Amino acid sequence: MSETSRRSVLAAGAAFAALPLSHARAQAANTIRIALLCDFSGTYRDVTGPNELACVRQAAAEFSNRGFNIEVVYADNQNRADVGSNITRTWIDRDGVDCIVDGGASSVALAVNEVVREKNKVFLNSSSATSDLTGRFCSPNLVHWTYDTYMLAKSTGGATVRAGGDSWYFITADYAFGHALERDTATFVRAAGGRVLGQARTPFPGTSDFSSFLVQAQASRAKVIGLANAGSDTINCIKQASEFGLARRGIKLASLLMFMPDVHSLGLEQTQGLICTETFYWDLNDRTRAFTRRVAGQLQSNVPLCMNHAGGYASVIHYLKAVADMGVARAKENGAEVVARMKAMPCDDDCFGPGSIRQDGRKLHPAYLFEVKAPSESHGRYDYYKLLQTTAGDEGFRPMAEGNCPLVRS
Amino acid sequence: MASETTAGPMPATMGEARGFLGYSRAQLVALVILVAALIVGPYFLYPVFLMKLLCFALFASAFNLLIGYVGLLSFGHAAYFGMGGYIAGYTAKAYGFTPEVAVIAGAAVAGIQGWIFGWIAIRRQGIYFAMITLALAQMVYFFCVQAPFTGGEDGIQAIPRGRLFGLIDLGPDMSMYWFVAAVFLAGFVMIHRVIHSPYGQVLKAIRENEPRATSLGYRTDDYKLVAFILSATIAGVAGGVKSLVFGIATLTDVHWAMSGEVVLMTLVGGLGTVFGPMVGAAVIVTMQNYLAEMGAWVTVIQGGIFVAVVLAFRRGLVGEIAHLLKVKL
Repeated sequence: MSETSRRSVLAAGAAFAALPLSHARAQAANTIRIALLCDFSGTYRDVTGPNELACVRQAAAEFSNRGFNIEVVYADNQNRADVGSNITRTWIDRDGVDCIVDGGASSVALAVNEVVREKNKVFLNSSSATSDLTGRFCSPNLVHWTYDTYMLAKSTGGATVRAGGDSWYFITADYAFGHALERDTATFVRAAGGRVLGQARTPFPGTSDFSSFLVQAQASRAKVIGLANAGSDTINCIKQASEFGLARRGIKLASLLMFMPDVHSLGLEQTQGLICTETFYWDLNDRTRAFTRRVAGQLQSNVPLCMNHAGGYASVIHYLKAVADMGVARAKENGAEVVARMKAMPCDDDCFGPGSIRQDGRKLHPAYLFEVKAPSESHGRYDYYKLLQTTAGDEGFRPMAEGNCPLVRS
Repeated sequence: MASETTAGPMPATMGEARGFLGYSRAQLVALVILVAALIVGPYFLYPVFLMKLLCFALFASAFNLLIGYVGLLSFGHAAYFGMGGYIAGYTAKAYGFTPEVAVIAGAAVAGIQGWIFGWIAIRRQGIYFAMITLALAQMVYFFCVQAPFTGGEDGIQAIPRGRLFGLIDLGPDMSMYWFVAAVFLAGFVMIHRVIHSPYGQVLKAIRENEPRATSLGYRTDDYKLVAFILSATIAGVAGGVKSLVFGIATLTDVHWAMSGEVVLMTLVGGLGTVFGPMVGAAVIVTMQNYLAEMGAWVTVIQGGIFVAVVLAFRRGLVGEIAHLLKVKL
C-alpha cells in the first residue's frame, strides 16, 4: 500500500484519538453521578441497554429541581466481568461516580458488587438473575431490585400449577444455572401439588436443535414444558415448539426467564400461549401506563419496555429520594448509609407500586404470571400479555433466613 | 510473513552488536523507555487500567513466543490464560495461598496443561495444529462451565489480593501495581532471554525450515514442545496475576474469543518483535476501556483497526517503526 494512504490512515487515527479530549468534566460537590452499566451491544441489549438508559434519565429528570445536580453516564459491559469491574473502578476512582445502576449479566453484577462494597458506594441492581446477590454475596451497599431466579421459579412453578398446569417436564440447559432453575422450579411445582414427569438435559452452550428433546417432552404427556434455560436456547426451544405445534395440542411452554422484548422479537404467532413471569408490564394499571407514556418518546423505536428497564427507573427514583432526604454531601461520602436509608424508607413508584427493601438488600414487590396472547387477542401495539396469577411481594421472594446472607445473621 | 519480518537466524546475531544481556542498542533504548514508563505510568494513568494492560501484554508476549519465533499459531491460548486465573484465584480464595504462591500454582497447572496439549498438537503443522489447539481449548472451556470449583457462569468472585510473601499487603492499588510490574518485567526479560539464547536460535531455525533443522540433527519436536510449555506457563502467570488484580476469574478468560483477541493484539503490535505484543495489547485494551461508552461500536472499531493494520501496516505497529528506523525491536 502506498505511503499516501498510510498517511491518511494515520491522520484519521490521530483525529479519532483526539476526540475524547474534547469533552471536559464538570466538577461539583453538589452533583450526584449515576452510572448505568449494562449490555449495549450483545444478547441483553434489548432487555437492558438503551431503553434502560432512557428510564434512568427519566428518573433523573424527575428529580431535576430538588436543589442538586444529577449526571447520568453509561457504558457497555460487553457481558464481561473483567470489563465491568474495571469500568466500575474507573468510574468510582476517577470520575467520582456515586451510584452504579444495573450491572447486567450475573457474573458481571457479582464482580461489580465486590468493587462497590470495597469503595463504599451504592449498587442498584436491576437485570441480574442470580439470587446469590442477596444471599451468599449480599452487601450493605446493594439493592437488588427487579427479580431473581428464586422468585421466577416460585412464580412460574407454583402459580402455574394453581392455574391448572399440574404436570411438568423440564428442558434444562446442562450447567449450574439451568440445574438450579430446574431444581427450584420443581420444588415449587411439587409444593403446589403438581408432578414432575421428567427432564432432558441439553448440552450447553451450543445446542441449536431441540427437536429430540421436545419429542421426549411431548411423549411424557406433561401439560407444561418448563424451559430451564436462557437467551438463544430459550428462543430456539420456543421456535421449534411452535413448529411442532405443541400449543395446538394443548401443551403449554413455561419459560423461566423471558422478557417482553424477547416476546416481541419472536412474534405472537410463535409465542402464543407461553407462560412467563415479570414484575412489570406496561399495561398493568393506570400508574404503569402513565409511566410508559412519560418515557415513550425516549425509547428505542422497536423495543417494548420490560421489567429490567422499569427496575432501572424505580431504583434510581428511590435512591434519589434517600439522597434528597439525607443531603448530597453525606450521600456522596457513605454509600452504605444511603442504602440503609433506602431500606428504612417505604418504596412507592409508578412501575412497581408500594413496596419495601429487606435487610439483605432484596426489594419486595408482587410478581405476575403472564400468558402471551394469541395474535387474534392482541389489540394494539405491545398488547402481548394477559395476567394469570399474582404472587404478593412477601410471598414471592426467598425468605431471608434461607439466603444465608451474612448481614442478616450479624 | 515470518521471513519478511526478520532476517534469518544467523545474520540477526552476527550483524548487530550485542550488549547487555543480549539486547541490541535499539532494544536497550526501548527497554529503558519501558522501565521508565512502568515507573512513572501509575502517577499519570489509572493503576488498575495499567495492571490490566500489563497482564495482557505478558499474555500476548507469551503467545508471540510461539507464533513469532517458532511459527506455531496456537488458537487456544485462552485455555492456559484462563486456567492460570482459575487456579490462582481458587487457591488464593479457598486455601488462603499468598499471591506469589497462587500465581505459581496457576502457572504450574497451565504449564502441565501446555505439556499435555503441546505433546498432542505439535505432531501436526499449520492449520491442523491451530485446529487441534482450538479443540483442546474448547474442551477446557466446557470443563470450566461444568466444574464446581470454577463457579460456572458466575465465576470465582471476591478473590483476595492477599499479602505478598505473607508480609506486604497488596490491597492498595499502588502496591499491587508494583507487584504486577515486577512480574511483567521478569516475564518479559525471560522471554527475551529465551529468544536470544542458543535454544532460541534453534527455534528460529525450525520456524524458517523445519526439515533442514531436523537434518542438522535437532529433534525439532522436543524443541517445539519446550517452547509450547514455556509459552503456556507464562500465559498462566499472566492469567493468575489478572485474577488477583480484579478479584475475579470468569469464563471470559477461557473463551475462544480470548484466544482470538491475543492473536489480534500480537498482529496489531507486530508479529515476531519483542516489543510488539505489548504495544498491541496496549492498543486493544485501551480501546476496550476508553471506548466502552460507545457500545456496539467498540467491536466495529476493533475490526476496522485490524483491517487497517493488515492492509497498511503488515509488520504491525512496532514492526513498521523498526523497519523505518532500520533496527530490530
